[in-house]
Amino acid sequence: MTPQPSSINSISLHNFRSYEDATLASIAGSVVLTGPNGAGKTNLLEAVSLFAPGRGMRSASLAEMVNDSSGKRDFAISINMSAADTDTQIGTGVAAASPGKRSVRVNGVAAMIADFPSYMSVLWLTPAQDRIFMEGASDRRRFFDRLVLGLFPDHAGHVARYEHAMRERMKLLTSDGTIDPAWLSALEARVAEHGVAAAAARRETALALQPLIDAQTDGLSAFPRAALAVLGDFENLLAKGLPALAVEDVARGALASRRTNDASTGRASYGPGRTDVHVTHCGKGQSADRCSTGEQKALLVAIILAHAQLIASRLKRMPIILLDEIAAHLDADRRHALFEIIMHLGVQAWMTGTDRSLFSGLDGMASFIRVNNAQFNVE
Amino acid sequence: MVADLDHLIKLMARLPGFGPRSARRAVLYLIKKKEMALFPLITALSDVAAELTTCNLCGNVDTVNPCHICTDQRRDDTALCVVEDVDDLWALERAHSWRGRYHVLGGTLSALNGVGPDDLNIKGLVERVHAGGIEEVVLAVGATLDGQTTAHYVATQLAHYPLQITALAHGVPVGGELDYLDEGTLTQALKARRPL
Ligand SMILES: Nc1ncnc2c1ncn2[C@@H]1O[C@H](COP(=O)(O)OP(=O)(O)OP(=O)(O)O)[C@@H](O)[C@H]1O
Ligand SMILES: [Mg+2]
Ligand SMILES: [Zn+2]
Repeated sequence: MTPQPSSINSISLHNFRSYEDATLASIAGSVVLTGPNGAGKTNLLEAVSLFAPGRGMRSASLAEMVNDSSGKRDFAISINMSAADTDTQIGTGVAAASPGKRSVRVNGVAAMIADFPSYMSVLWLTPAQDRIFMEGASDRRRFFDRLVLGLFPDHAGHVARYEHAMRERMKLLTSDGTIDPAWLSALEARVAEHGVAAAAARRETALALQPLIDAQTDGLSAFPRAALAVLGDFENLLAKGLPALAVEDVARGALASRRTNDASTGRASYGPGRTDVHVTHCGKGQSADRCSTGEQKALLVAIILAHAQLIASRLKRMPIILLDEIAAHLDADRRHALFEIIMHLGVQAWMTGTDRSLFSGLDGMASFIRVNNAQFNVE
Repeated sequence: MVADLDHLIKLMARLPGFGPRSARRAVLYLIKKKEMALFPLITALSDVAAELTTCNLCGNVDTVNPCHICTDQRRDDTALCVVEDVDDLWALERAHSWRGRYHVLGGTLSALNGVGPDDLNIKGLVERVHAGGIEEVVLAVGATLDGQTTAHYVATQLAHYPLQITALAHGVPVGGELDYLDEGTLTQALKARRPL
């Protein structure tokens, strides 16, 4: 079965970020948003990103998303999308009466954020992610966990749970008074259980992505080949071929043996929170953090595009890809190669840039929208 | 505002599910509907205050101590269902699917919220098991991280006793709290309970 194309046909924003009321209708194919700084391009992409599980591509709070010059407390985003020849109307937002809770409607019926993956997949690449190779492991892990989540909807739950259990453990270890070892063991068992589940999902995602990255960058020299390695205490044990249950046993033992050490340093010296994702630029045999800004961006693009193919082959449905400021660090060759891959894959990409001319390669093949002052003008 | 009124609103705002806004609305409603809402509420509250107690054995709330579930002759003495709170006990009773007895822990372990083993009625549970006669303990706690940690901890405390310890089957959504489950799901989860 070939993957079904999936795309957004129209989107309406109400009181979201800089938008009061704006509608972008009859969208065909990929979307190019151009306009001056502050026009509302990224805000629109963020609105689309809210149709993936989580808090969107800015990881913002709901309060930040409400138009702060409106004096109101509600916002709403509504899209009409097609996948597999079926149109679906999906809406999300917050009501003024319960500003802390995001509500979801699918075809007019109340639904949940957890229902989004059964209708669509949304991936993104933002300028904030450009620096992940230069930053700490947690940023890379968060970036990669997003990819994992596209394949394993439970992944976010496992990560949240082992993080919570680790915080509980640290709180116990650093509190005064006698510590109940059975309580610590109960927490460490949770860390092992959810941490190993998360590690297994990360490994499987990396293993599935690698051949797609290789195939895509093979011969197509515009994008460098990235070699992914997920390195972590649990991932390394799984890589040795140890079954998950055996890894859980080892993990529980290792966590228990490090209690005194972790209590004195106040930091976890072992566990799933230390996992890092190493990316190597194969052509140069160089670690990604040593590559140029544009090369790093190209590596990220190669990973995201491979991920889009992975989603397509596993879920039999093309994802929607949000590429904010995508033209910024890519040279003309890479830009054109990117456009070609997008057309070839048949994914709906939403791209932004200040300058229309950067997207000339897509003339006649995408919807060009001029954004100005939170208003849309179809070109 | 009248000081009495302000005091009442503050008290109401502290109730679970209430905030200052909904507390104001509720109080205003009670004042407007004195005959229909306020007086019956006063009576009901003072009745509850006068008569309700916590069962020394299981932690249920009832007008008698031990509670009517603990003294019910038709219930199975050999099976004990451990729940986080009284509302979970109520949920299971609504589902009519448990014929054994209960034990209310009074919460879940949470280092971050300062709730430790001594803050929960775990000692009482161990004493009941120690007294003998119990063959199965069902840990019917929520699928939240704290709930699962608590289940694990309780299971360790009971590990030396010759009894079967079971947990609710997966059917309970991840991160789910028992009280939110509909009766059908709850019955299913109880029927398909698994050894821990
Ligand atoms: N909650 C909010 N309420 C009102 N305005 C907001 C809110 N959040 C952000 N804005 C404003 O929205 C405007 C548009 O932001 P956006 O990030 O979409 O711009 P952009 O078109 O992507 O610009 P650039 O080319 O600089 O990236 C900004 O001026 C920002 O201050
Ligand atoms: Mg922007
Ligand atoms: Zn009782």
